[in-house]
Amino acid sequence: MFYRETGQFKSKYKEELAAFPLAEDKVGIAILLVIAYVFIPIFGIPGLSFEFTMGAIMIPVFIFTITTLGLNILLGFAGQISLGTGAFMGVGAYSCYKIMTIFPDLNIIICVILSGFVTAIVGMIFGLPSLKIKGFYLIVATLAAQFFLEWAFIRVAWLYNYNDSGGIEGTNKEMFGLIVSGPQSDALTRYFIVLTLLVLLTWLASNVIRGRIGRSWMMIRDMDIAAELIGVRPLTAKLSAFAFSSFYIGISGALMVFFWLGAAEVESFDVSHSFTYLFMVIIGGLGSITGSYMGAALVWVIPVLIKEIGKTAFGFDAFVMENFSIIFLGVAIVVILIVEPHGLARLWQITKQKLRLWPFPY
Amino acid sequence: MKKLLIGAVMALGTVFSSVSLSFADELLVPTMSYRVGPYAANGTMIANGFTDYFMMLNERDGGIGGVKVKAEECETGYKAQVGVECYESYRGKNALVHTPNSTGITLQILQKAPEDEVPILTMGYGLSAAAKGETFPWAFNYPASYWSQMTSILSYIDSQGGLKGKKIGFLYLDVGYGREPIPVLEELGPKMGFETLYVPVAGKEMQNQSSHWLTIRKEKPDWVIMWGWGAMNPTAIKEAAKTRFPLDRFIGNWWSGAHVDTEALGSKAKGYLASSFTTTGTDFPAIQDMIKYVVKPGKSKTEMGMPGKVLYNRAMFNAVIIAEAIAVAQKMTGKKNVTGADVRLGLENIKLDEARLKELGLEGFTAPVIGSCADHESGGSIFVQQWDGSDWKRITGLIPPMTDVVQPLLTAAAEKYVSDKSGWTTQKCN
Repeated sequence: MFYRETGQFKSKYKEELAAFPLAEDKVGIAILLVIAYVFIPIFGIPGLSFEFTMGAIMIPVFIFTITTLGLNILLGFAGQISLGTGAFMGVGAYSCYKIMTIFPDLNIIICVILSGFVTAIVGMIFGLPSLKIKGFYLIVATLAAQFFLEWAFIRVAWLYNYNDSGGIEGTNKEMFGLIVSGPQSDALTRYFIVLTLLVLLTWLASNVIRGRIGRSWMMIRDMDIAAELIGVRPLTAKLSAFAFSSFYIGISGALMVFFWLGAAEVESFDVSHSFTYLFMVIIGGLGSITGSYMGAALVWVIPVLIKEIGKTAFGFDAFVMENFSIIFLGVAIVVILIVEPHGLARLWQITKQKLRLWPFPY
Repeated sequence: MKKLLIGAVMALGTVFSSVSLSFADELLVPTMSYRVGPYAANGTMIANGFTDYFMMLNERDGGIGGVKVKAEECETGYKAQVGVECYESYRGKNALVHTPNSTGITLQILQKAPEDEVPILTMGYGLSAAAKGETFPWAFNYPASYWSQMTSILSYIDSQGGLKGKKIGFLYLDVGYGREPIPVLEELGPKMGFETLYVPVAGKEMQNQSSHWLTIRKEKPDWVIMWGWGAMNPTAIKEAAKTRFPLDRFIGNWWSGAHVDTEALGSKAKGYLASSFTTTGTDFPAIQDMIKYVVKPGKSKTEMGMPGKVLYNRAMFNAVIIAEAIAVAQKMTGKKNVTGADVRLGLENIKLDEARLKELGLEGFTAPVIGSCADHESGGSIFVQQWDGSDWKRITGLIPPMTDVVQPLLTAAAEKYVSDKSGWTTQKCN
């Protein structure tokens, strides 16, 4: 009824292959973009203060969506599991910091993208074991990457320019006469930059996944021996997946430090964060771009909202709410995985199916 | 079903709209606490001492200058990233001063303070260089920086048989906090003729220090100085006792010498030393008032045994400094509802001398704290306390820091910090 494909005829292959072949999808995406670009910047989220909306909800959710997209490419599309996401974000952040301090006049967006490439190279190096080992063994190898990189962020003082604090910090960076990063930057400016990068990266990911490279990843995921027999080279497929995924994760790490937190130390890139990103992917739905959005939003926003509402509306103690949000998230993960093991993306698919048929049950 | 849905939406609506309500006529003093996580034992004491003092002021005096204080906790779990989120959540709410209770969080929010015009008071932690008021107008670390503390500890060791030719072990938690005093050791080592053995303890290995103490046993340092926190402290003391390291040559900094660190060990920790700047015990009128107005009636989360303990008293002193700064700010501006910028002035003009401390019911509790535009650290004298098997006993008088060593280091560090930051706000002091 609401979501009807009938009557939408395609007369060219190009139309058939479009990212959103259905009119409903096109309208839906357009509405989402208008909300993100116009409504939220003007009205914020009703009931929440504007600073809080930007700094604690929107900007981090967008950044973590990029992370989740990256991890989903590796885990959901190429079937290679990784527990080093936190550390790869660190690679992005630290390399962006180094590039920024070595070339202080370089545009910060270019720094961020360059740091994505640096992370891609590092990701490929740590992805090499995936050519030999699979599954649990690969988890251990990526965990080694996590610990090695964490160690490097503490011990290699060159990475943080020998700061006494041992952390990295952003400074004010200008672009077109506007301060876009650093303590003096406006939250709205950072919001638009992060949002635009997210939109561009999503567009890139959706096209790569639908193309030859993405299909080779999925073939490797589904059955690597069969894929090899029909001519997919595991070397290029696996390493390109690691590179592509690390590129996204590196960009999100750089964005996290320079467009959200303002400063970071190694603790922001530890293994517990790697697990959080893994939860985002699994709850959102493996192998789904929409799922990446939903997973990141759910895992990030729910605890933040629970804490804020509990504190300001009901006057609960902060630590009670903290414990409660930890419990709630844990329960939510278990319940969602029991009810729908394929994540929120699958729920969304079911909803779409229901919308197609409504008001008829079959 | 439909009714239920409408009801739910309406309930949600009221919740959201009440979230944005701002409370007039209240002094908002947020504190970043940690009652959960690996450092909760310490964090709970700190949060209790801090909030109890303001609660007592509300009950006894009706707040500060007639305005009630709202001391609000934001739970961080001692995680820097969560601390930044806490900080963000107070933007635009007219918070008067931030108390991060963590060096890691301090370093991350330090740059934002001038933009939001809310000062940061890091009492006995944070960035040492923040003591330079001209470079850091919005940061304060009364009553002493880590660097000053380290020089005081070194002069104590010097007074106990000299430093020349000695080997000093430095056992530290391998995070921003633990690494903070290393520049002082590097600077003073060649000057005073001692050798330093660095023993970093990663957060994950906090409770498993056998390899670290094996190193110490092998290298045989004459003294061990510890910059530890949370579960690292009791573990270190236990390991020291086990490896027969003389505990009266093992000295912790002021965050490594609390009741939570030694109580469980009891007589096993006897002789262990630690520096401090606040006295223990409840023999102070101010603390008696806190017990009378807040703890006994059960208005806070504090249990009867907590007041008087090291961390409780110290966190209370943190609240005292803030309360005094607010009072000074009210006096200077003539307003009752002050802002963050006013409290910054209050912090700079704070004068907690002997007479004022007596007025507040804290005679002999600590060294005087007298601020100025240029000096955001103030004096910085500490004393040494020792665990006698059941309680902490103060064993020395006030030990002043080696100002001649620390000041040039602070100046250099402040310059280095600002060197790569464009548009950093400084101030001129006369």
